[in-house]
Amino acid sequence: MKSFEYVRVKSVADASRMLGSERDEAKLLAGGTDLLGEMKDYIVTPSRLVAFRGVPNLDKIEWDDKGGLRLGALVTLARIQEDKRIREKFAVLPEAIDLAAMPQIRNAATIAGNLAQRPRCWYYRDEHTHCLKKGGDKCYAVNGENQYHAILGGGPCFIVHPSDPAPALVALGASVVIAGGDRSRTVPLEEFFVLPSQNVRRENILEQNEVITHVVIPAATPGFRSAYVKEREKDSYDWALAAAAVAATRDGSGNVTSCRIVLGGVAPKPWRAAEAEKALVGKPLSESAIKEAAKIALAGAVPLDQNAYKVPLATVVLERALRKVV
Amino acid sequence: MAGVAPPKTKKVKSTITVNGEEKEVEIEVLDVEASWGKPEDRKYVGSRMTRLDGYDKVTGRAKYTYDINLPGMLNGAILRSPHAKARITAINIDAAKALPGVKSVLKLKDAGAIVRYAGDEVAALAAETPEIAEDALRAIKVTYEPLPFVVKEELARDPEAPRVISSERPNVEPGRATTRGEVGPAFEKAAAVIEGEYYAQARVHAALETHGHVVAYQPDGSVKVWSSTQGVHGVADEMANITGLPKDRIEVVCEHMGGGFGAKFGAGVEGRAASLLSKETGRPVKMMLDRRGEAESAGNSPTAKMKVKIAADADGKLAGVEAEGYGTGGIGSAGVPFPYIYPVPNVKVQQATVRTNLGPSNAMRAPGHPQASFLMESAVDELAYKLGVDPLEFRVKNDPFPLRQAEYKIGAERIGWARKFNKTPGRGSGPKLTGVGVAAATWGGGGGGGSLCDVKIAQDGSVVVELGTQDLGTGTRTYMRAIVADELMVPIEKVRVKIGNSRYGFSGGSGGSTTTPSVAPAVKMAAMQAKFDFLTALSKSTGEPLDKMEIKPGGVVSNGTKNHSWDEACKRLPAGGTSSRGAWVPGLAQGGIGGVQFAEVEVDMETGRVRCKRIVAVHDCGVVMNKMTLESQINGGIIQGIGFALTEERIADRHTGRVVNPNLEEYKIPGPWEMPEFEVVIYEYPEAKGVSGMAESPVIPTAAAIANAVYNASGARVRSLPIVPARVLAALGKVKGATA
Repeated sequence: MKSFEYVRVKSVADASRMLGSERDEAKLLAGGTDLLGEMKDYIVTPSRLVAFRGVPNLDKIEWDDKGGLRLGALVTLARIQEDKRIREKFAVLPEAIDLAAMPQIRNAATIAGNLAQRPRCWYYRDEHTHCLKKGGDKCYAVNGENQYHAILGGGPCFIVHPSDPAPALVALGASVVIAGGDRSRTVPLEEFFVLPSQNVRRENILEQNEVITHVVIPAATPGFRSAYVKEREKDSYDWALAAAAVAATRDGSGNVTSCRIVLGGVAPKPWRAAEAEKALVGKPLSESAIKEAAKIALAGAVPLDQNAYKVPLATVVLERALRKVV
Repeated sequence: MAGVAPPKTKKVKSTITVNGEEKEVEIEVLDVEASWGKPEDRKYVGSRMTRLDGYDKVTGRAKYTYDINLPGMLNGAILRSPHAKARITAINIDAAKALPGVKSVLKLKDAGAIVRYAGDEVAALAAETPEIAEDALRAIKVTYEPLPFVVKEELARDPEAPRVISSERPNVEPGRATTRGEVGPAFEKAAAVIEGEYYAQARVHAALETHGHVVAYQPDGSVKVWSSTQGVHGVADEMANITGLPKDRIEVVCEHMGGGFGAKFGAGVEGRAASLLSKETGRPVKMMLDRRGEAESAGNSPTAKMKVKIAADADGKLAGVEAEGYGTGGIGSAGVPFPYIYPVPNVKVQQATVRTNLGPSNAMRAPGHPQASFLMESAVDELAYKLGVDPLEFRVKNDPFPLRQAEYKIGAERIGWARKFNKTPGRGSGPKLTGVGVAAATWGGGGGGGSLCDVKIAQDGSVVVELGTQDLGTGTRTYMRAIVADELMVPIEKVRVKIGNSRYGFSGGSGGSTTTPSVAPAVKMAAMQAKFDFLTALSKSTGEPLDKMEIKPGGVVSNGTKNHSWDEACKRLPAGGTSSRGAWVPGLAQGGIGGVQFAEVEVDMETGRVRCKRIVAVHDCGVVMNKMTLESQINGGIIQGIGFALTEERIADRHTGRVVNPNLEEYKIPGPWEMPEFEVVIYEYPEAKGVSGMAESPVIPTAAAIANAVYNASGARVRSLPIVPARVLAALGKVKGATA
């Protein structure tokens, strides 16, 4: 592992300053569950680690008067998972975390770090494979071993975003508070993520000197329900082959008044299925409406040569998620 | 029998394995009728005993090679080729040597050498910390001229494909072939014929402790080696060769082992490098492989693809098998026993090894058998369904092996075959359907000669049993202690076991289910000798006649009346106590074991996900040493079998030539949630006279039983492993443009 400077900071401003402006020269260290692995594998070789965990007040779970939720960047996945009120109000998030990683990792991993994690693509993670994401000139997945790669939103790189909480939070309409330099901005999480076609070197809009300080979830309206479903090859620690996060509000007669559908494991970012959402609004969540919506959500899928199975799989996963909120 | 007859000895021929070569030697053994006796006469052997070292293991007190940290120790690392095939045109180690903390750098290949797989060893070094060692590897400047390569066996078969080994050597070499009878007429007269192509994937051993050693040159010039090995004596022989020292100047230690599964017999490149680096630096060197090194270079289980045509006659008897297949073990070899357990009258099988630019295969828990079981048992299953015969009945009819005949019956009862077998697979309500399947195993499992065991009894009443074997995690210490305690009729706590050191009496490598049948007989003979030596010494000391002395629980009875407690008797021994040696004899070990497993699975018809709900495993093992660790061995085999069936595959990229999943993230070994309900039945039968090993048999039939159960549940025949959702959905016809 390349030698690095280890800097403890006590404030967001210090963190931003210590991160500097040279991309990847300094990296923010929170739970470290992703970053340290990348460093050991020589995928990133920062000269400085900015230890963020000492910054006060970023490990809080706070509710506002209306029932909105503010999660500090350093809140661990395990704490969200254990929180009864979050599970009651925003089930999709703890359900996603239940199926993410393993207890040891969930105890260390932070919610902000989870959103900013790098892809697990096995070409990206191989020190000796110089792919697009690392400044190379091709995506090795296109003609290679692409059984786990993207069927939606891919190109020129075909990673899938690895996070389980991310689709859940996008479904909840969450925002992230980002601070850096002399500014702070609040961005809808959906707009936080970028596709490879926008910027192949990164997965989100964070600038080098920026950090996520909070994740904010708006209060739920009456009649709101949410759920997460994930399919994988094994249940003891595995990434999603396909996942679906669903949040829907229904009126007294059972008709959907609003709904958000986000797919995981199938696209380079949490994949919002807007057309499918539209198809459900104003209708009850009948079996035929569910099937129709799931079909619409996957209509634009373009599989690679080994991942066509993800189309029927993601369709079923979404159907099951929708049935959970009925 | 009252008293003890003076020991007669005889000379017998025995085979010992030294450096992987079998040698015939003459050994002197006790000339007594060796027997394990009746179960009711044994207090410990054959009972349920918790693992002697279990507490040490769960508390972390047990020290594995990986845990050895010595004063002044350096950390070693190996530079591997990133290319699947290349010529090294230049190699410069100066910059690496100049890094602070780097103590020695060693070229393993020179300019001009050819690397034949990504992971092939190029250089090694030793540094003050593992982190410096890793940085230093990257400071070694190697220039490669990349050469054409091929890593997919179906592409390597093309005559135009790049040659893997050398331009003179074709990639395809004829392998195992079997011909008997005539298949043509058998197919013509057949009542049912099945044709199918089956594929078993490449796997890696994925032992939780990687390969490696700590090598320490001692001040007196001797060498001590801590080794994660399946054979301390084999490594000692190899280290003697590497260092040029006589074997008595080498001490190889393996107290605890984090898994070997067939891949850890030799010192390996890492042992050689660690030894040279320790000699040069004068400091201990720890050289453990990382996961990538482990996956690329430390061995794998070869693939097996087989086109099978199989026929049965109108009586439901197997009439003929014609099969053509190939597999790849990288630059190593491939091949499976086929048509496996079935005595088919007409057989024509031709196999080939296809070389690819991947690391060499080596033995992996029942080499070739799990693959053969999956290929053959799948085809047999398909044939039974086509005939309209219950696949279990079909096996009972076609598999004459007596032990398995009994095991099919027991297992069918336990799994509830009659109730759970679906006559029409794939029918049922709801997306999740269940079904059952069955498959069988065969293995040798007998022991080999050469083991020399010592039993020492001290004046303080303590007993030590000592043997140069090693415990791979199977429970060797526990049964060794039991055998001695039973023979001397002392409480088991009195016996201390010393193994895992090449300074102790010879024992062979632990592989092929041979450890227990090689070790236990030698321990038994040593314990019998110890009993005689002990009573002889006591007789001399007390003047009581030897032929009137008898060991009873807790002590010695003399002349039928006079009692000595064990501790009092031991006080009468000479100052040095007694020291006795026993050697392996035939008659206490036996081979030729069977084993049958039944699987119950649940298939999600919409997602293609398979979950194994229950395994009933019925296994014979001759005379049982310890029921608890025996069951544990069977559980372990089943777990590995589930990985083979459902989740594990080593995947190499055809364009980069590199293994894409050299880690435990994407090489998916089963975890706690993949565990089914285990029901292990040990089939004990009175005719058993010897002890057999139980490592291979339980890993063999699991995958085939699961695959057959998947069909019985879903109606989808998945002919390639692992049975992941992609393959099940394809077999169910749910994936556009894909076939199973």
